[in-house]
Amino acid sequence: MHEIKFKVNGEEKTASVESRLLLVHLIRENLSMTGTHIGCDTSSCGACTVLIDGKSAKSCTILAVQINGKDITTVEGLATAEGLHPLQEGFKENHALQCGFCTPGVMLRAVELLEKNPNPTEEEIRWGISGNLCRCTGYNNIVKAIQYAGAKMRGAELPSTEPEFV
Amino acid sequence: MIKCKTSKEIGGMGHSIKRKEDARFIQGKGNYVDDIKLPGMLYMDIVRSPYAYAKILNIDASKALEIPGVVAVVTGKDLEKYNLHWMPTLMSDTQMVLPTDTVMYQAQEVAAVIATSRYIARDGKEAVMVEYEPMKPLINAHKALDADAPLMRPDKEGQTNNHIWHWEAGDKEATDKVFADADVVVKEHMYIPRIHVASIETCGCVASYDKVDNHLTMYMTTQAPHAIRTVIALVAGHVGLTEEKIRVISPDIGGGFGGKVPVYPGYVIAIAVSFLTGSPIKWIEDRSENLQADSFARDYHIDVEMAGTKDGKIQATRFKVLADHGYTDASANPSKFPTGLFSIGTGSYDYGTAFMEADAVYTNKPPGGVAYRCSFRVTEAVHAIERITDIFAKEVNKDPAQLRFENFIKKEDFPWKSPTGWEYDSGDYHAGLQKAMDAIEYDALRKEQVEKRAEGKLMGIGISTFTEIVGAGPSKDFDILGIKMFDSAEIRVHPTGKAIARFGTKSQGQGHETTYAQIIAEELGIPSAHIQIEEGDTDTAPYGLGTYASRSTPTAGAAAAVAARKLRDKARKIAAYLMEVSEEDLEWEPGKFSVKGAPEKSKTIQEIVFAAYTNHPPGMEAGFEATHYYDPPNLTFPSGAYICVVDIDNETFEIKVRRFVAIDDCGNIINPMIVQGQVHGGLTQGIAPAMYEELIYDEDGNILNGTFMDYLVPTAVESPSWETGHTITPSPHHPIGAKGVGESPTVGAPPAIANAIVDALSVYGIQHMDIPITPYKIWKKLKEMGKI
Repeated sequence: MHEIKFKVNGEEKTASVESRLLLVHLIRENLSMTGTHIGCDTSSCGACTVLIDGKSAKSCTILAVQINGKDITTVEGLATAEGLHPLQEGFKENHALQCGFCTPGVMLRAVELLEKNPNPTEEEIRWGISGNLCRCTGYNNIVKAIQYAGAKMRGAELPSTEPEFV
Repeated sequence: MIKCKTSKEIGGMGHSIKRKEDARFIQGKGNYVDDIKLPGMLYMDIVRSPYAYAKILNIDASKALEIPGVVAVVTGKDLEKYNLHWMPTLMSDTQMVLPTDTVMYQAQEVAAVIATSRYIARDGKEAVMVEYEPMKPLINAHKALDADAPLMRPDKEGQTNNHIWHWEAGDKEATDKVFADADVVVKEHMYIPRIHVASIETCGCVASYDKVDNHLTMYMTTQAPHAIRTVIALVAGHVGLTEEKIRVISPDIGGGFGGKVPVYPGYVIAIAVSFLTGSPIKWIEDRSENLQADSFARDYHIDVEMAGTKDGKIQATRFKVLADHGYTDASANPSKFPTGLFSIGTGSYDYGTAFMEADAVYTNKPPGGVAYRCSFRVTEAVHAIERITDIFAKEVNKDPAQLRFENFIKKEDFPWKSPTGWEYDSGDYHAGLQKAMDAIEYDALRKEQVEKRAEGKLMGIGISTFTEIVGAGPSKDFDILGIKMFDSAEIRVHPTGKAIARFGTKSQGQGHETTYAQIIAEELGIPSAHIQIEEGDTDTAPYGLGTYASRSTPTAGAAAAVAARKLRDKARKIAAYLMEVSEEDLEWEPGKFSVKGAPEKSKTIQEIVFAAYTNHPPGMEAGFEATHYYDPPNLTFPSGAYICVVDIDNETFEIKVRRFVAIDDCGNIINPMIVQGQVHGGLTQGIAPAMYEELIYDEDGNILNGTFMDYLVPTAVESPSWETGHTITPSPHHPIGAKGVGESPTVGAPPAIANAIVDALSVYGIQHMDIPITPYKIWKKLKEMGKI
């Protein structure tokens, strides 16, 4: 067993873990934070995406021992006392989720995407989230949601959230 | 613009209300089955067969049982003691829970390991030693009926070959005659490959049996909790687990698409182990297990023919299907429809003669035949008719759009009797196709195509104008295991005018918590924001057959409207009493009754509801609640006109979908934002089988792409930017004129894409390519043809 010390959503944590324990299981089972999901066993779907020191990572592919001393952000840490994160708002306003299972992972991936590129094009967003699978939305509205969040974070005018279903 | 009868505050039909359910999902507060943790819970993992067909000689669990934390290893022999080693399928076939002697497909469940943690269960699984004697499997469905084919189901009395059932629809003699006399006959063989829904959440459960109360609570990923409760009672009733002792809870579901309708062996093993140990048992599949063992969709080999005149009038169609069901028929069709609603395959065209037949066979592949966002075989049928229509257009030298216009059923001819016996309720196919052509600028595209071809470039335009058939179904024909396919709604309005409504369906992302509230708001004028929707708990919700096959709005949505109307009738009586006028003197507008000619004299629905609890008329039952079980008089027939433009690289044959316009007609629209979202998602599940997805088996029955590394679910990069729109032809028999939409895009998109690709490749003389159409397949075909 290994003693590790880390932060989750700003809170100091310690845990005693087996060498083989995956980060996603540390988060879901040991910490009982179930917003991070598991959708595959080959690192393909991105449902388990979290931020490690601000960089998006698939938590099914990282051992818990590797996060010793690091700072993790999960979906539970996106909203603040002031309210929802712009991505959370963007996803809701633009109907960018249906079953909601992939959503936390896509949003966390998009946090890093917008950090690096505050005003991404549609193509940049599509490539940027290509490590995250969504089976429900067809991605159109996820693209819109990320553009909406980008605009909000830049202080730019918010794009319309009306569906173009004419 | 969609006209709304209610204000934005009331939020009835037609408003793009943001979804109520989103608040929990975007904050990581959804409650999916793997999020459930119970005290003393044990974990189950499943040992699976590496062979497609083998005798089990021995299962040695001793090493596994030595691992600290491994509690038990369960085999078929253990379940046999309780007669729980076999279970019925929804099609009245039988399926092994765990085998006692033979495995019938690769990845079949062989034994279950129960342990104190997920990791120890996996250690235990690795330590179980199974000795097999492999046999030569039957993989090719075309060889299933050969004399030397191994008999798949010797366990079934009277089963002397691998034939499961034969099915027919239409008039064979009349069809043969039209074909014999026709000027033009075109034919093609099409394989609609085996695919998998691959919802991002896999399947799983927590089975929790309480030995003291003899009561089972079953949390599971199911689209049909009530039907599943009945099935569990049928399977386990003999050991004392009767239906009143079973509570099925379907929590938040991470996508279903039909894959969460069946009862999988894992669920039953978890129940059996919980029953025997008294501990809650959690079983969650891996993705690979999900892809390799859970029910597949499609796998139809179709010979389709069309007869017509030289000037392009369709006269008849003929379909012959070979259906590969794997080792058991575990489809989820209505009982009387072994091929589901395949007989919709005569399409959107006005002709009177057709014949269809299908034969199903057993093979050494996983069982199923359920769904991929369309359970009832409509996708297969639509692919065949829309492809053969294009082939016919080419044969008679007509533009495929023009040929469709000339053959469409006209809007004034509805209701229309199809040659296979359906009564299409309504449609306006001309308007839909015209709208799609205008949106994509069809004529300009055809001109561009001529120019591109002159430059040696490959560009294709494909059309699909499909008719869907959903909303199963009328009880005279539709049942599953004898249970009629009605659905239900129960509305309770509290004294302060706020409501809770419960349904027999179960959302898996469709947004029922929002849309059902809108239907009730439309009928009662109570703001949809004040109406809480609940589904998925068999202890509280009224009985219903669940959510699949685009049936929720046509059945439970209708039930909601009818139940709300019962309440409005009661409200009218109370209003008349309160205002001391007769009921006939009252006028309804959303949210209130007012006196005719004296609009200042009115009672709001909230005042009326309060009176139902505080001041109800003498002799009237107090309270404000209603329930309705809706038995649809007919199915509903949504339709759509889709046009796809592709560019194909003439060296690498990479296919780029340049544009895709989808015009859907699902009748009256409850929430345009949600309908559009359904269309987007369905289209991506349409491009998936058209260009990427297929479960591939080698001749030994090994699955070659059973993980997300190689089973290619489209990402945001493969998925085009969809362009969507609608026409509205209300269903005349549905209480709110709605038709259902979830399946439509998955049904309509593949032939539009295939037609576009074949159109691009027609310069090489190609008439047809089976989906998924990939660059490699194109290269291979052209190589074989000597074109490159």
